[in-house]
Amino acid sequence: MAETFLFEIVTPARLALSCEAACVIIPGGAGHFGVLPGHAAMLSTIVPGTIELRDKSLKILDRYFVEGGFAEITPERCTVLAEVATPLQEITRDDAEDRVKRAHDALMVSEALNVRVTAERDLRTAEAMLAAVNEYEKQGAH
Amino acid sequence: MASLKDLRVRINSVKSTQKITSAMKMIAATKLRRAQSAAEEGRPYARKMEAMLAGMVGTLASRETAPKLISGSGEDRSHLLIIITADRGLCGGFNGNVVREVKKRISVLRQEGKAVKVICVGRKGRDGLRREYGGLVSETLENVTRAGAQFGPARDLSRRLLTMFEAREFDVCTVFYNTFKSAMSQVVTAKQIIPFELPAAEASAAAEGALAVGSYELEPGEGPLLDALLPANLAMQIFGALLESFASEQGARMTAMDNATRNASDMIGRLTLTYNRTRQAIITKELIEIISGAEAV
Repeated sequence: MAETFLFEIVTPARLALSCEAACVIIPGGAGHFGVLPGHAAMLSTIVPGTIELRDKSLKILDRYFVEGGFAEITPERCTVLAEVATPLQEITRDDAEDRVKRAHDALMVSEALNVRVTAERDLRTAEAMLAAVNEYEKQGAH
Repeated sequence: MASLKDLRVRINSVKSTQKITSAMKMIAATKLRRAQSAAEEGRPYARKMEAMLAGMVGTLASRETAPKLISGSGEDRSHLLIIITADRGLCGGFNGNVVREVKKRISVLRQEGKAVKVICVGRKGRDGLRREYGGLVSETLENVTRAGAQFGPARDLSRRLLTMFEAREFDVCTVFYNTFKSAMSQVVTAKQIIPFELPAAEASAAAEGALAVGSYELEPGEGPLLDALLPANLAMQIFGALLESFASEQGARMTAMDNATRNASDMIGRLTLTYNRTRQAIITKELIEIISGAEAV
């Protein structure tokens, strides 16, 4: 069996990443899952969180923060459709904290139900972003 | 006949107009190139999403439990038209064509006794409709594509549409925009986005594109997946329309400004000719006066 598979992150603006990967961890709608070469064909939603690219010995090579989307997985390929995908090292703690604060404020002043739903979703995304940054800094410290 | 000074002033003013139009043409050309590459880079996402959706809708078609975004609200009483135009003029028939098409559609829908609501993206659409159908325009979004088409506004608009649809404020939603054919030609397109229609030709093509969904495991299940996929697709459809419209706008402006520049140089040529003739006529007249004066002595 091949040792790697084609991994792509596609955003509406562009093809954000296309490379060979040995292992990818994806925050799926029904829990995180890992993708290795030869994974069963699957379609999944993605919740806001970190996508990790790892090499054969499972060492983390790269991290991307995605704000939700979809993943299509076949034995040879894994394609992530994400509205926004940012390399985690480009997100600073200040950005994330600022975003949580803004989302929180928006939620506080929201009254109409639909505004509330959107604001809650934004807050969840922002919190996931902050959590991802925290995790990253913790691991970076080692 | 105009005096020499008048002609000189006129020529200078046409020259400066020409400078402006040729600068606008060059700006439009640059923006067009960027818009085109943006449109191309957005294509993989759109294609993938369409393929996924085509597969899922294909397996779903037999059932009656389809989400409302596919099956519709079960009625066909009120229509929402989204009109994507530019914020500025000076781009030939770009805005006018969309507005004309929309007016036609509104009058047809009204004859059928349906309620019509309009959301304008871009100021020129609202301006064009104000006189006849100003009361129908419920909202105008401006400066959406100032720095090129972005995904953010498209997503915001799609979210708003979803809440409006859930509140049953409309049954059918159609987007009007210019499709980019070439820098010379743009085609006004009306695309129904709610309820979602899969274009037949694309559906079969997309279905062939490696998506027999039956062979996929779906996580977290078909219902939730579709519920997430359909709004995302709605945003993508609007984003696609914005991209097309933005590229068309730049193309139309480039062509219009190219024409204007050419007209200006024609005009300068004509005016210069008149100027030279007038000058010559004055010289001749003065000579005649001098000569006939000398002869009279």
